[in-house]
Amino acid sequence: MSEHGHHEENFFSKYVFSTDHKMIAKQFLITGITMGVIGMIMSVLFRIQIAYPGQPMPIFEFLLGDWAKGGIMDPNMYLALVTIHGTLMVFFVLTAGLSGTFSNLLIPLQIGAVDMASGFLNALSYWFFFISSVIMLISLGVETGPASAGWTIYPPLSALPQAIPGSGLGMTLWLVSMTLFIVSSLLGGLNYVVTILNLRTAGLSMTRLPLTMWAFFVTAILGILSFPVLVSAVLLLLFDRSFGTSFYLSDIMIQGEVLSNVGGSPVLYEHLFWFLGHPEVYIVILPALGITSEIISTNSRKPIFGYRAMVGSILGIAFLSFIVWAHHMFISGMSPFLGSVFTFTTLLIAIPSAVKAFNYITTLWKGNLQFTPAMLFSIGLVSTFITGGLTGIVLGDSALDINVHDTYFVVGHFHIVMGLSAIFGMFAGVYHWFPKMYGRMMNKKLGYTHFWITIVGAYGTFFPMHYLGLAGLPRRYYSNSAFPMFDNLQDINEIVTVCAIIGAAAQFLFLFNFFYSIFRGEVAVQNPWKSNTLEWTTPVARIHGNWPGEIPSVYRWPYDYSKPGADEDFIPQNVPLKDGEEEH
Amino acid sequence: MTELLIIVAIVVAVIAIAQVVRIFELTNKIKGIKESDITDKDNDTQGKLLLTFGVLFMASFFVMTAKWNHLLLPISASEHGVEIDLLMNISMGLIIVVFLITQPILFFLSYKYRGRKDRTATFISHNDKAEIIWTIVPAVVLTVLIVYGLQTWSKIMDRSDLDDAVVVELYAKQFDWTARYAGADNNLGAANVRFIGGLNSVGVISESAYAKQISGLDNNIAKAHVQMSEELNANKRVKIEARLAKMEAKKSTLTALVSMTAKDLLAAAEDDVIVKELHLPVNKTVHLKFRSQDIIHSAYLPHFRVQMNCVPGMNTDFVFKPTITTEEMRIETSNEEFEYVLLCNKICGAAHYNMQLKVIVESEEDYNKWIAEQTNFAASNN
Repeated sequence: MSEHGHHEENFFSKYVFSTDHKMIAKQFLITGITMGVIGMIMSVLFRIQIAYPGQPMPIFEFLLGDWAKGGIMDPNMYLALVTIHGTLMVFFVLTAGLSGTFSNLLIPLQIGAVDMASGFLNALSYWFFFISSVIMLISLGVETGPASAGWTIYPPLSALPQAIPGSGLGMTLWLVSMTLFIVSSLLGGLNYVVTILNLRTAGLSMTRLPLTMWAFFVTAILGILSFPVLVSAVLLLLFDRSFGTSFYLSDIMIQGEVLSNVGGSPVLYEHLFWFLGHPEVYIVILPALGITSEIISTNSRKPIFGYRAMVGSILGIAFLSFIVWAHHMFISGMSPFLGSVFTFTTLLIAIPSAVKAFNYITTLWKGNLQFTPAMLFSIGLVSTFITGGLTGIVLGDSALDINVHDTYFVVGHFHIVMGLSAIFGMFAGVYHWFPKMYGRMMNKKLGYTHFWITIVGAYGTFFPMHYLGLAGLPRRYYSNSAFPMFDNLQDINEIVTVCAIIGAAAQFLFLFNFFYSIFRGEVAVQNPWKSNTLEWTTPVARIHGNWPGEIPSVYRWPYDYSKPGADEDFIPQNVPLKDGEEEH
Repeated sequence: MTELLIIVAIVVAVIAIAQVVRIFELTNKIKGIKESDITDKDNDTQGKLLLTFGVLFMASFFVMTAKWNHLLLPISASEHGVEIDLLMNISMGLIIVVFLITQPILFFLSYKYRGRKDRTATFISHNDKAEIIWTIVPAVVLTVLIVYGLQTWSKIMDRSDLDDAVVVELYAKQFDWTARYAGADNNLGAANVRFIGGLNSVGVISESAYAKQISGLDNNIAKAHVQMSEELNANKRVKIEARLAKMEAKKSTLTALVSMTAKDLLAAAEDDVIVKELHLPVNKTVHLKFRSQDIIHSAYLPHFRVQMNCVPGMNTDFVFKPTITTEEMRIETSNEEFEYVLLCNKICGAAHYNMQLKVIVESEEDYNKWIAEQTNFAASNN
């Protein structure tokens, strides 16, 4: 292989059907950003509806057409927006867009490999994701509307087109799209695991692995073990919908007609769904925590505090994430004894999470903090991770869940702990590794502005939701006007909506910065953040095969920042230990 | 026209931002510094902003809590709800303390250690003692919370003493609720969706319901036979035949269901009371049983801290004891129009947001008076 296989390529092999992990990462990122913008606009639309129910909004008619005649949104369309917003954000943005982008970009670069173990599988993974995205977008345009049973698509609602129009063709497309998505996720995940296990460069033992790698590695394992269960849930639902089986259906009368299905149980679906659904939360958050570990350490000019504890807590969280799924189902009708078991395991997750939070904070202590936009988003992540994680202690307690289940308290909780934390991690990653993707820098001042409007808008949107939830307001209500008890919550709802619009508007600053910097950004130097990990030893030119000459060997862990006795405040991993130098 | 203006405005805004960015970049070039470099001034400004944000964030938490506290749910109107509220207050108190300690530390440290060119960070890789402390302290606190939480949960889910309980079934369907009282025998009859029809809105299985359904079916079968004898069009005959087969099948299903139901349950169903309002006697244990006709709904009674999913093909239940009457709650909340309410809290379709049932808690005498005024199933169905 000459120069690790770097060769001239035509447009298609370079930008479209590329097998180069860096190009695939960019494809994931840009597809993810596109889906993110669509999901965000949807959220603004339904927030406007909640804050101003019944008021004609020309923008509804402009964007939704017949679903909002005269500017009044159809309730079915409201539920569809909520459903697709959740689906896009959880799967397409925060799973594929976050994990897909940074696992692909960073795994070969940080472990010292010329590419993924299988470049072809990797490309296949992207294209499955792409087709899945296209099908999901097509489902938005079908006549009966997109899937609208909530992103968890509980049957029988999702199984019966008689129950809600979105459960017609829209739901079929949703199921097909998600099946392809899972194929993509599995192909990617297998590749990540194999690559990390087998292709590490000389000297890079698992205990010298950057925390990003640990996070992506464990995330990939979670995905491989949990996504297949969702496939089975989805396939059984397809059978119930199309072939008359009764996995989830029993004793149903709908629109005056008794269905022949007997013996199925919707609770079975809930178990199968959440067996993926809960690990999925960690599939979303662990990569963000990995990214943050790297960025906080680099920009504090200090080692990450308690490397071993950080790895241990990732493993602890990952293990526990498989035995907590039924905390979404305390009031589903399952045995109360199961409720006790799952309360116990769920609250245990707070321990490794607390360790992570304390270690982040301690990393800042006595540091020399460099506030890059990436660092600001990472600090923001630590803040949201704590705020949102704490309310999890309430929701994980079965006795307390009874009264806040499916209220806005839950919406506030998971948007802060998983939505905001993960998206902050994603922004941090983009600002930090933009030079590795495009050889240019993103604009710093725009980055600062983006961060400040975002964090204020985001907390302003989701923090007040806890109060709404404690006032008993259910989520997924098209309007809160049907109950006098919610009348005086309308002010809070308006505040939330205004903050959501402000926060959403700020994302256009990011979009501008991103696309402007690709073409016009300041040209990057090789190691702009003075970082230790291997990706910063590759040339700015980003060649196929990553390193022009020998792949560097690794002699130390990645966190030798401000090490006493060193000339500079960082020592890259490929620098051999000096005589008598302790490893750390 | 407005759309055109909006597009023009967006384009102009993008160009404006681009130009501002260009100007920044050019001035940096002239000064000989790179835009992306983090200067001491940047660190100073951002550090101060982080501190300011931390302060304002904490302040806004207090303001929101003070301002919106009165909007939260009033005191619990049920016995177990008081325990839930106590556990809730302890948990919330605890997490608020942790919140109020960790967030200020985070933002303060960010400010205090904002970078300067003339400083270096201190190399600290780990501290076993500190890490063990902050593993064990949360572990101990959580153990206490878990034990306390599980005790509360077990008490709420306890079904051992239901002898005196008022049994009420809540039947959910798109988009309303129906309540069925067990009647004088305090024993709910069996039910099945296949028995739904006419006034039998929740599918009660009883001798009288069976007789009525069968006579209705026999009537229709007889009519269909008459039609059949007069019909010459082959296509239409096929349709009538299909209808006949369907009605015969339904007859045998109903017969099978009745024969599978215990005799005493068939009898128990006749005095059931089916109504569109939920009346509950105060200070008496209520055993709510839930069923659903079509899809999953969730019966949510926020004032009583009660919630349980209603699942088609499955029976779920919840036991609780209301302790405050509607009248008393009106005084408690200083709201003359206060009403307890049952909401649906599981996404169930277009009118999900308006699927409700009025709930009234009253003295036992008032409750007995009310229930005595209601017609029972056998009387209303015939």
